[in-house]
Amino acid sequence: MLRDNISKQDEGGGVTTSEILSVAETGGGSAVPLLEVDNLQVEFKTRDGVAKAVNGVSYSVSAGETLAVLGESGSGKSVTAQAIMGILDSPPGRVAGGEVRFHGRDILKMSDEERRKLRGDKMAMIFQDALSSLNPVYSVGDQLGEMFRVHRGMSKKDSKAKAIELMDRVKIPAAKARVGDYPHQFSGGMRQRIMIAMALALEPDLIIADEPTTALDVTVQAQVMDLLAELQREMNMGLILITHDLGVVADVADKIAVMYAGRIVETAPVHEIYKRPSHPYTRGLLDSIPRLDQKGQELYAIKGLPPNLLRIPAGCAFSPRCPKAQDICRTEIPALHPVTELDGTELPGRGSACHFWKDQIHG
Amino acid sequence: MGRYVIRRLLQMIPVFIGSTFLIFFMVYALGDPVAALFGDKAPDPATAARIRKDLYLDQPLWKQYLHYMGAIFQGDFGTAFNGQSVTELMAGAFPVTLRLTLVAIFFEIVIGITLGVISGLRRGRTVDTSVLVLTLVVISVPTFVTGYLLQYLFGVKWGWVRPTVSPDAPLNELILPGIVLALVSLAYVTRLSRTSIAENVKADYVRTATAKGLPRSRVVTRHLLRNSLIPVVTFIGTDIGALMGGAIVTERIFNIHGVGYQLYQGILRNNSPTVVGFVTILVIVFLLANLLVDLLYAVLDPRIRYA
Repeated sequence: MLRDNISKQDEGGGVTTSEILSVAETGGGSAVPLLEVDNLQVEFKTRDGVAKAVNGVSYSVSAGETLAVLGESGSGKSVTAQAIMGILDSPPGRVAGGEVRFHGRDILKMSDEERRKLRGDKMAMIFQDALSSLNPVYSVGDQLGEMFRVHRGMSKKDSKAKAIELMDRVKIPAAKARVGDYPHQFSGGMRQRIMIAMALALEPDLIIADEPTTALDVTVQAQVMDLLAELQREMNMGLILITHDLGVVADVADKIAVMYAGRIVETAPVHEIYKRPSHPYTRGLLDSIPRLDQKGQELYAIKGLPPNLLRIPAGCAFSPRCPKAQDICRTEIPALHPVTELDGTELPGRGSACHFWKDQIHG
Repeated sequence: MGRYVIRRLLQMIPVFIGSTFLIFFMVYALGDPVAALFGDKAPDPATAARIRKDLYLDQPLWKQYLHYMGAIFQGDFGTAFNGQSVTELMAGAFPVTLRLTLVAIFFEIVIGITLGVISGLRRGRTVDTSVLVLTLVVISVPTFVTGYLLQYLFGVKWGWVRPTVSPDAPLNELILPGIVLALVSLAYVTRLSRTSIAENVKADYVRTATAKGLPRSRVVTRHLLRNSLIPVVTFIGTDIGALMGGAIVTERIFNIHGVGYQLYQGILRNNSPTVVGFVTILVIVFLLANLLVDLLYAVLDPRIRYA
């Protein structure tokens, strides 16, 4: 309650008591990142065999930081997120190994009930399609208020007031009049705002946004992304932004992890990756962005298709599509090498899972 | 909403007229009611002619129909062959059948939906497969088989219940007949809710509810069930009408003096006033049940609005 009042006072004021408070809560030290995913493996049992959707993914997010996870459909970016949230479709899905440390504790070892209490309260998720992700038969006020009723034991009346407050906060006009409306009565952008409001309701430490703007008009995309970034700053949350849209990433992310076939193939601070990608796959992704100065030319596309997760190619999973593949690529899985300058200077936060990363970045 | 209800009620008029005329026509085709009245004896031609005249039977069919409809709207459904007025028979029969129907619907809802939810949530596992096989068996076996079988087992062999129902048809005696009457629909309700649950359990809003940190029980009952039951409610609603008219076999087996029993007697004895009267009321029940279902639909699903 106290925290609520304080954070309301400095709304719009930028930095902040709430930031200081949340630092105080985590013990003041920024040594332990908010979330650390360590060698996470997820597989799905299917009729044709075991599909290895995530094969040893590691990344970390600190409070106030934004990590963008980039990749094609089926690269395992959403599955990783679902495993972190504990909402994997299980069966057939199952975490086969690794750790997910949240505030330093491995949440994969927690009981179901402990994890349930984390969900929505300490970590929340925003989904792609707000229309199907909101329950069609309950009013938005009801669905927003449910967070407070279930996690905070609030009364119907109080939770409704909270819902209106939240709708105001995500800038939905006439919140008071619309709190009783149903999801289908809102526009796409407004619905996604409601999804955001629902995720932020209890001021979680971590937000996972799974392609939050993919289903929206381009004009609305920017508004929703700005709102999300603004609220993240205000509440000093860690944000994992899952996307395949390189344009969205550039504006809001601090660092990027590129995924392919269930592995991270490249990590880098956001601006460096555009300038100097160190993995042929990232290069391919960047080259496939339509550009105005290439009007009239054929658009570049990475050849081939992402691999079948039931039969991931031996060696580097990208090798069958890679223009630079050598023999070693087809036999040996490349580790995520730290990337350095030619003279050996470290490039903090950079890594590449390519045998020939040196040629890629310096060549 | 009000306008919609009025429109629907108005739409019922042509349906009502059409269906009653059809029944009237078909019963007329059954044969000569005056001959039936006299049973095996040949009627005295003069008396027969007089009765025909009294009952408008000497007039064309459409005129007979008009006379009949005119009388109905004055609350006169005619007189059965035994001298009882048809309204009297109805007053005795409909409450009994209504009670039987309610017992059946109760089992449909409680057992059908419970089994459906359980098997839907455990799709592909042993529980689910067994329920599917069981419902298939129930659907394939006709009511007169299950009826006699259960009556023999529970009523005669083990003596747990009275094999036949006493004339007052108290609720406790209607439990077994209610289950027999419900069985086939129950199997359909089970399958329908199973499919619906299995489909919706993968829905995005269920995933959202889980991601919100709601307890599993709340996710299932409040989010999953509410959406999954919309088609089931539709089925049960229309089934009310079907059960009330379709209890003929069950009522025969358990000797329940309800609508089905009276209809059976009426058809057997060519007792046209009884048949036409009862079926007319059933038509109305059916129409109203359908309207209720449609209205309930809008209550359950806010995306549906009637104007």
